[in-house]
Amino acid sequence: MIKMNFLKITSALFLSIGIGLSVATPLSSPKASDTFVFTAIPDEDESRLRQRFNKVADYLGQKLGVSVKYIPVKSYAAAVAAFRNDQVQLAWFGGLSGVRARSLVSGSKAIAQGFEDKAFETYFIAHSSTGLKSSPAFPKGIAGKVFTFGSKGSTSGRLMPEFHIRENLGKSPHDAFKKVGFSGNHSKTIQLVQSGAYQVGAVNFKVWENELKAGKIDTSKVSIIWKTPPYPDYQWTIRGNVDGRWGAGFEDRVKEVLLNMRDKDLLSSFPRSSFISASNSDYQPILDVAKAIKLID
Amino acid sequence: MSKLLSIPDALLNRPQNSSMVGTSFMFVCVALVCLYLADISISTYDPWLEIHRMMLGVITPDFFAIDAIGSALVKTVAFALVGVSLGAVSGFFLAQVYHLRTVRLACSLVRSVHELFWALIFLQMLGLTPLTGILAIALPYAGICAKVYSETFEEAEASALQAVPLGSGIVSTFFYARLPEVWVHIVNYTGYRFECGLRSSAVLGFVGLPTLGFYLESAFNEGNYSEVSALLITFYVLIATIRYWLRLKFLGVYLIAAPFLLGGGADIKLGNVMRFLTVDIVPAPLRGSDLLDASNWMKFFSWAQNMLTDQALPGIIATIVLTQIALVGTAFLSLAFFPLISEKFLGKYGRMVGHLFLVIVRSTPEFILAYVFLHLWGPSMLPAIIALSLHNGAIIGHLMGRYSNEIRLRPDHANGVNLYGYEIVPRLYGQFLAFLFYRWEVIMRETAILGILGIATLGFYVDSALADIRLDRAMFLIAITALLNVGIDSLSRHIRQRLRLSRTVQNHSRVSTQADGK
Repeated sequence: MIKMNFLKITSALFLSIGIGLSVATPLSSPKASDTFVFTAIPDEDESRLRQRFNKVADYLGQKLGVSVKYIPVKSYAAAVAAFRNDQVQLAWFGGLSGVRARSLVSGSKAIAQGFEDKAFETYFIAHSSTGLKSSPAFPKGIAGKVFTFGSKGSTSGRLMPEFHIRENLGKSPHDAFKKVGFSGNHSKTIQLVQSGAYQVGAVNFKVWENELKAGKIDTSKVSIIWKTPPYPDYQWTIRGNVDGRWGAGFEDRVKEVLLNMRDKDLLSSFPRSSFISASNSDYQPILDVAKAIKLID
Repeated sequence: MSKLLSIPDALLNRPQNSSMVGTSFMFVCVALVCLYLADISISTYDPWLEIHRMMLGVITPDFFAIDAIGSALVKTVAFALVGVSLGAVSGFFLAQVYHLRTVRLACSLVRSVHELFWALIFLQMLGLTPLTGILAIALPYAGICAKVYSETFEEAEASALQAVPLGSGIVSTFFYARLPEVWVHIVNYTGYRFECGLRSSAVLGFVGLPTLGFYLESAFNEGNYSEVSALLITFYVLIATIRYWLRLKFLGVYLIAAPFLLGGGADIKLGNVMRFLTVDIVPAPLRGSDLLDASNWMKFFSWAQNMLTDQALPGIIATIVLTQIALVGTAFLSLAFFPLISEKFLGKYGRMVGHLFLVIVRSTPEFILAYVFLHLWGPSMLPAIIALSLHNGAIIGHLMGRYSNEIRLRPDHANGVNLYGYEIVPRLYGQFLAFLFYRWEVIMRETAILGILGIATLGFYVDSALADIRLDRAMFLIAITALLNVGIDSLSRHIRQRLRLSRTVQNHSRVSTQADGK
C-alpha cells in the first residue's frame, strides 16, 4: 500500500478536500431564511426537551403557517449565542439567560411566560445524613457543607440560590461551603445529592416536582430544606427583526399563538398551566440580582 | 514504584539510564508534593443506587433507543476524516517551513488549545455549522502534524540526499530523495492521528455537534445507562476495527463522500465573525473606548491583574497539581497495562481480553470515567486523577505493548516477573519515558474538561467565563492556558533531548505502524 503513487494520493486528498469544502459551504447555508427557528435552554433531560419542543414546533408551524424548527443546544451559553447570531429567532430562556440575550440583541423582547414563572422558586435540598430539616427560615446550617449548584448560567440553579446564600451567610459560596460544584443541570443535582456525593444542592422547583412524580426521588435520602421567595423566571424571547422576514405583525402573531396554547399535553410537558403575556421590565429584578452578585457587569 | 527502581545495577551505571531513573524519581517526588497539596477525599453515602443502575445499563445495552445512532456514527467518522485530512495536509506544508520561528510558535499555540475550546470559540463565530467541527479538529491537528512531520524529516536518513547529483532541482530532490525516506512514517503517524481524530470528533458532540458524543452526553446526563452502553459499544467497535476499514486505498472515496455526510447547519454570517474578533474578545475596559486615553489602559491593567490573581493563578496551580499527579498515575498504570497485550507475557486469548480492556479504557471519554468515580467517592480531585490516569495509561500501555512485541529475546530468557522487571521494562524504558513526555501536554489539556467536578483548573474558569458570556475573559484565560501548554511542551522537549529520547520515538513509530498495517 505504501508503493502507491504519492502524487496520486496527494492530489486525491486535495481534490476531495477542495470538493468537500465547496460542498460543505452551501450545505451549511440552506434555505434557512424561510424557516423560523427556535431553541431552548437545556435545563433538564434532553430527550424530554426534544419531545416537548418538537411538539411545540409542530404547533407553531400549524398556527403560523410557516415552517418552524427546533434545534437543541448543549448549554445555556450556546442558546444565547445562537439567539445573538440570529441562528434562532425565538427562544425559551430562563430568567438570567433571557436578560443576557436581550441585552446583547437590541430590539428583542420577552413576549410570554408560563403562568408559574411569575412566581418561580428554588428548592434547597439536602441528603438525610446532614440532619438538616425543612424550615421556613434560611437554613444557616448549610454553611461548611459540600454544595452543588445546577448549571453555571441557570437562574433557579445558580443565580437565585447564590444571591440568598450571600445575603444570609454574608459570604461567597466559595467561602461559605467546604466545596462547591456545578452539576450541569437540575436532574443531575437531584441525583448527586441523593447519592450523597454532594450534601446540599439548589434545584428548580418544577423539575423537582416532575422527578418526584416520575418516582425518581427517594425522599428518605434527599428532601427539601428550604424554599426561596418567589422570583420571575422562564420566558419566550423573540428577536426584533422577525417582522421584516416573515411579514408585518409576525411578532404579535407568535405571541398570540403562544398565549393561546391550550393543549393539555403540550402545556404539561413544560410543565406550565398556561402562558401569559410578559415584558422585558418583568425581568428587572433578575437583572438587579445578577448585577448585585456580579454575574453581569 | 519498586519496579521502576529495581533496574539492575549494570544498567544504572550506564549514564543514560541513570539519568532516566533520576528523572523518573524527580517526577515521582513532584507528584508526591502535589498529592500533598491536592484536595483528595472520599465522601459519599449512597453511591450504590446509581452505581447499580450504571452496571445494569452496562449489561443491557439498548441499540434501538436512539434512532440517530447510525447517523451519529457516520458523522463522527466524517468529521474526523475531513478534520484530520485538512490538519494533516496543512501540517505537511507547515513542516517544510517549520524551522521558521513564527511557524513553530504558531503551531505550538494552535495545538495548545483543546479541541473543545476551539469548538466553543468557533461556535461563537460560526454557530452550530459543520465548519465549526471541522476547524476545531483541523487547527490543533495541523499544529501537531507539523511538529511530528518536521521531526520525522529531521531524523530521516540523509544518505539518499547525499547521493543526489549536484544541480538537481529542489522539487525532484524532495520527491526522490527526501520524501521516500519518511513517507511510511508519515502515513503511519497520520493513521494513528485518525484514531485520535475519531475520539476528538466524538467528544465534540458534548458542545452540540451531531456526533456520538452528543447522544452520549444526553443519555449519560439522563441516567439512561442502557443507551450509554450501546453508544459506547458502538464507539469501541469503531475504534477497534479501525485497521480494517481505514485503508489508504479507500481514503479517496471516504474523503469525497465525507463532506456530504456532515449535514447542514445554520447560516454563517460574516458579521458575527467580525463582531467576535473586533468586539467580543476585546477586554471590557478597552472595548469601544479611546485607546489613546491612558486611563483606559490603567483600567485594562487592573482588569488583567484581577484576572490573573483571582482566576489565572489559582487555575494554573490546580491545573499543574492535577497534571503532575495524573502524569505519574499514567506512568504506573501504563507499566501495569502493557503486559496485557504483550506476546511476551500472555497467550492469544489472554491478549484478546487485554486488547478489549485497553480499547474500552482508552476510548471511554474521561469525563464519563470521572463522573462514575464522582458518584463513588464524592467531589475532590481524586475522580479526575483516576480518570486521567486510566485513560492515558491505557493509551501508553497500548503503544508499549505493541513495542514490546518487537523486542527479540535470547532463547534462554527469563519468564514472568523476572522477564518483566529485568528485561522488558529496562529495554522499553526509553520509549516509555518518551511517550510519557509526549503525553504530558495532552494530559494538561485534558484537565481542562473536568471542570464539572468543581476542580478549579484553568478549564473551569474558561468554562465559567463562557457561561457568563464574558468572551473577553474566556479568551484571556484560553491564551494563558495556551502559554502554559507551550511551556510544558518546551520543557518536555528539553528533557527528551537531555535524555536523548526523541530518536526512540521515531523507531517506535516504525514498529507500531507495521503492526497497524498488518
